[in-house]
Amino acid sequence: MEFLIVLAAAALRVATPILLAALGEMLAERAGVLNLGIEGTMLLAAFVGFVAAHQSGSLWVGLAAAIATGALMGTLMALLSVTLGLNQHVSGLGITLLGGGLALYFFRLLYGGASTPPSLGQSFGQLSVLPGTTLAPLLSQYGLTYFALLLVPVLAFVLRRTAFGLRLHASGENPEAVDIAGVNVYRVRYQALVLGGALMGLAGAFLTLAQLGAFTHGVVNGRGWVAIAIVIFGNWRPVRILLGALLFGFVQALQLRLQAEGVALPYEILLALPYLVTILVLALAGRNANYPAALLKPYRREGG
Amino acid sequence: MTTTPEPVVSLRSVTKRFGALTALADIDLDVRPGEILALLGENGAGKTTLTKIVYGMYQPDDGELRVGGVPVRLRSPADAIASGIGLVSQHFALVPSLTVAENVVLGREGGALLDRSKIEGAVLATAERYGLDVAPRALVRAMSVGAQQRVEILKALHRDCKLLILDEPTAVLTPQDGERLFATLDGLRERGLAVIIITHKLREVMRVSQRVVVLRHGRVVGERATAGASQAELARMMIGREQLPVESASRRGTPLQRTPLQRTPLQRTPLVEARRLTLRDKRGVTLLDDVSFDLYPGEIVGVAAVAGNGQSELVSVLTGMAQPSAGEVLLSGERVSGLPPAQLARLGVGRVPEDRLEAVVGNLSVRENLTLEHIGAFTRAGHLDGRAMAAEADRLIAEYQVKAKPGDLVRTLSGGNIQKIVLARTLSRKPRFVVVAQPTRGLDVGATAYVHERLLEQRDRNAAVLMVSEDLDEVLRLSDRVLVMYGGRIVGDFAADEVDVGRVGLLMAGEGVAVHG
Repeated sequence: MEFLIVLAAAALRVATPILLAALGEMLAERAGVLNLGIEGTMLLAAFVGFVAAHQSGSLWVGLAAAIATGALMGTLMALLSVTLGLNQHVSGLGITLLGGGLALYFFRLLYGGASTPPSLGQSFGQLSVLPGTTLAPLLSQYGLTYFALLLVPVLAFVLRRTAFGLRLHASGENPEAVDIAGVNVYRVRYQALVLGGALMGLAGAFLTLAQLGAFTHGVVNGRGWVAIAIVIFGNWRPVRILLGALLFGFVQALQLRLQAEGVALPYEILLALPYLVTILVLALAGRNANYPAALLKPYRREGG
Repeated sequence: MTTTPEPVVSLRSVTKRFGALTALADIDLDVRPGEILALLGENGAGKTTLTKIVYGMYQPDDGELRVGGVPVRLRSPADAIASGIGLVSQHFALVPSLTVAENVVLGREGGALLDRSKIEGAVLATAERYGLDVAPRALVRAMSVGAQQRVEILKALHRDCKLLILDEPTAVLTPQDGERLFATLDGLRERGLAVIIITHKLREVMRVSQRVVVLRHGRVVGERATAGASQAELARMMIGREQLPVESASRRGTPLQRTPLQRTPLQRTPLVEARRLTLRDKRGVTLLDDVSFDLYPGEIVGVAAVAGNGQSELVSVLTGMAQPSAGEVLLSGERVSGLPPAQLARLGVGRVPEDRLEAVVGNLSVRENLTLEHIGAFTRAGHLDGRAMAAEADRLIAEYQVKAKPGDLVRTLSGGNIQKIVLARTLSRKPRFVVVAQPTRGLDVGATAYVHERLLEQRDRNAAVLMVSEDLDEVLRLSDRVLVMYGGRIVGDFAADEVDVGRVGLLMAGEGVAVHG
């Protein structure tokens, strides 16, 4: 029992950045834009957040800087893929390369001389709910974890019960219908990408400001790509995305635990386990995926 | 009701050009509350362009648009909606994964939060006010095409439109749904709405409209009160001919040399027999309905039909691009329907497709395109024999007068030269049966004449040619026999010297369908 609770606690921790990033990606894709800039956005936001916190000495300044960076990268993605109508694959991969390149360049510039990776010397602490009970380890999480969990019902509500949600959904399914209804499709897509980018930034901030308290250039380590897979697994719905993120987090936590226990399997196989599960689950879930019908299609008014 | 009400929307001298092409010239049009105006015209007459101008999707180059007597500029559909104009186009602007109510209120949800019961109530109220049978909670995805169309109408009504435009509304409907639509439109008219229905079907004009305006080549060529108009008169106005075009063509001294058709004993057995061909799409809509005909060697049979009446599907079935749901095609008495296109080609079926760009690879050279279809013949021990390919390409370029070098990329060529390449590739194999669709669409006069000569040449070397064309002149000039299609069926079969253009026009428009010519 205690083993399971500790495992679940670790799973939540691992799932947090993936959940945040996947919810951000979900917003973009719901509006009809595949944002492959996710990995680079997370990395750059993680870095900027780290630098801001390092220079100012305030984690909150770092958090705000990371969110702003994510929103800015989302804006750039919107400029390329919505306003200019460029291919979404190309724009997204370009932004990922840009984000990674900028982060690495300024990291070298600012901390190039250091032999050990710079550390903040502080990080967001864990908030304990119900201390002293059996569930204490599970409910002793970072604030951002609680926030990410809270975001799930909030976004589910926004999608189902608000005018914004309706327009978002319609923009991803049939932007022409949105345009003809007198709603600016570009505006809706910009909102989705900026908001989604901010969530990706938050995911990056979690890594440097909460989990590690430091920055290394491998800090994101493919979590963005996993988030994209989880959006598909989650069928573009917040609650199912949460389940996907938890599943990945659980397998990841399990393999770490198994490594620590010294299970007689080559550690490479254990390391690969979460990704193998992702591929497997995706192969099963992906067949029934309801892709937004207008995903990948830049909207242009006919005859403009 | 002695005074005529003020027009809801008026057009004054509206002109729209696309490059060198004038799509609409000097159009004057009024539509008044409580009337259904039919806009009648063939494909390409300018009906859709006119619609798009009224709906704010195109800007007129000249002239003005008035709404309620006031000149306006409509820069977008949103402007048009705000001015009380609604459009139901042929492809619906609906979100299939949303409910009826959500689709209807999209864009004017009445607040940041969606109050579902409130919007459903409001949508239901609108539906009931206009007598539309629609369930607000139903998912659009699960609805029939006819019901989806009612949602589109409801969308416009819910936005208080004064003028409702329907672009070919029955093209996608079953006859029953069509009748239901007309009953709905009658109801809207009685409630004082202005309605424009765009159609090329005379029956619909007579059934539903009070007034009819006929467009041809972008101009208004006639206006009648429906009650006083005859269908034959409207058909003539729409098609624009009084006498037999074959005669007028010869009087114009066209270079076409047509020898009279005299069947030799060899030619008395049909080469191609289509037997009760039927084709249904995934939704069960019948695209080809019990189509039977024979094709003899040495004749050109033209298919006259307005777009969307089964002619493209007939071509697909004959060339192996689609499998018939029922019926068969015989070639020299052997069943060939169901065979893949490549095998049909080996059996002597040549295909000149509707979209010539689909038949070539734009990024390959003229030489490669000319030899691509039988690349096996140029392969020596696993690699391509460049010299043999070049020789064949040079021969075809010379023979078919392609104005291009062998190394030019095909996408850089003119439409006429691309069509020559398609013809060269297909006809150089001397097919017994040639299926040609829209052979001269978009070509200039010279290229058109060239294509016509080549097609007549096929006939003279005893091939059977089936030609589908939207250009009625072309069909009438080249064909030895004319089949008329409507609604997926063959509704007329005329020998060239018996063609009555007025009658062909009526049949194309769906009139007198019960009588087989």
